Amino acid sequence: MPRYYTEEHEWIDVDGDVATVGITDFAQSQLGDIVFVEVPDTGAELSAGGDAAVVESVKAASDVYAPVDGTVTDGNGQLEEDPALVNSDPEGEGWFFRMTLSDKSQLDGLMNADAYKAFIADL
Amino acid sequence: MSETEQAGEEAVGTETLPLDAWHRAKGGRMVEFAGYWMPIQYEGIMAEHLWTRENAGLFDVSHMGQLALSGEGAAQALEALVPGDISALKPGRMRYSLLLNEEGGILDDLMVTNEGDQLGIVVNGAVKWEDIGHLREYLPDDITLNHRDDHGLLALQGPKAVDALARLVPEAAGLVFMQYTRAAWNGHAIGISRSGYTGEDGFEISLPNEALAAFADALCAMDEVKPIGLGARDSLRLEAGLPLYGHDLDEEIDPVEGDLGFAISKRRREEGGFPGAARILGHLEGGAPRKRVGLLVDGKLPVREGAKLFDGNTEIGVVTSGGFAPSVGAPIAMGYVPRDHAVPGTAIAAEVRGKRVHCTVAAMPFVPHRYVRKQGG
Repeated sequence: MPRYYTEEHEWIDVDGDVATVGITDFAQSQLGDIVFVEVPDTGAELSAGGDAAVVESVKAASDVYAPVDGTVTDGNGQLEEDPALVNSDPEGEGWFFRMTLSDKSQLDGLMNADAYKAFIADL
Repeated sequence: MSETEQAGEEAVGTETLPLDAWHRAKGGRMVEFAGYWMPIQYEGIMAEHLWTRENAGLFDVSHMGQLALSGEGAAQALEALVPGDISALKPGRMRYSLLLNEEGGILDDLMVTNEGDQLGIVVNGAVKWEDIGHLREYLPDDITLNHRDDHGLLALQGPKAVDALARLVPEAAGLVFMQYTRAAWNGHAIGISRSGYTGEDGFEISLPNEALAAFADALCAMDEVKPIGLGARDSLRLEAGLPLYGHDLDEEIDPVEGDLGFAISKRRREEGGFPGAARILGHLEGGAPRKRVGLLVDGKLPVREGAKLFDGNTEIGVVTSGGFAPSVGAPIAMGYVPRDHAVPGTAIAAEVRGKRVHCTVAAMPFVPHRYVRKQGG
């Protein structure tokens, strides 16, 4: 299952026509202690680069953007109870939402793991 | 992902503090604040906050302005600009006061200490240049104002602060809350007060810049002391119900609205003679139209600075500080509401990203103060 990354520090796992989206380990380490996550409602129409979710650390609120166009099929309800999952397992249990892919060609514009690693090394 | 709120402003012409390299070596994540690079956190805001409540946290607050007033009648002269009874301040005592404009609005909040031969004043870093300009303009020419920018300021806060500091400076243990003494450490002349801005027992220590790193190292070598960043400083003072200038207080807000009536000393209430006295004394007498209050927030969604407050569909006020409170385990906030909504227990709502969040007006502090007011008490 290929994983892609955005310059805004989201990751996206693609499985057929459905993708799972979260924020990267680098992102959670920059944010610090996560105290609240707002995931999108099922059925929400997202467009690439648009607001999709909000993650709140002790200090600040940050927007999470949709990496591609699509429709939300599922938000991670566990984050409501345990937002710190984003700190402890950002690229696993701490996923934010699942979505359908309207246009798979949009994935071509994203980074793979090696490219993302090089990208954050330059920050 | 991008941060929509940041602690700092644009980093243009940002200056470094004497302990800059020290913070970086300790793993501090540096952000721009009040014109300086400062550590927002080391290991994490939550852990640093809780550490300070249980042990001792070391804060570098060298960005604050350390001023000294000297000359015959300095206390009386300062009283023309602040509402505190500065003349009654005995040597070795300090008090919280407010620099006021002609309308009674707050230009800054500050600490005034009678150091014996001079008045020490500590002002907020973000407005220290404006404060210095204001003092120079309005104080008589025979009063000397010194900016002690060759000194840094450290705060050691928490229940174990006294044990740690007394190992280096035994005189510390003899002070009670809001007392000050001069002392010596490794041949350096230093000033110590039992004060701070976390709600915990603790101290502020003024040292020559060249002594800061060695002193900070000596403290952090002790098991009960860790360096703490600005992030936890903010959450600690919020839980303690203490206002932050530029957020919870500004030039439009007078001391009564800011719930700082205690800073207007009894004699000054009777005599007046401070800027904006008519408005302030009127508000003390008949109540201010709006008041700074604490807010307990339902649920987990943090309510932050700028959130509008509502009673039903009527907008009634605004949040001036807010966030997750680690020691409370829930979001809290402070903000301004009309007088008739300022009673603890009043149910109102805050608007966050178009959603209404239920809040209850609450007495402050959110976490009890633990100041040491009596020796052995």
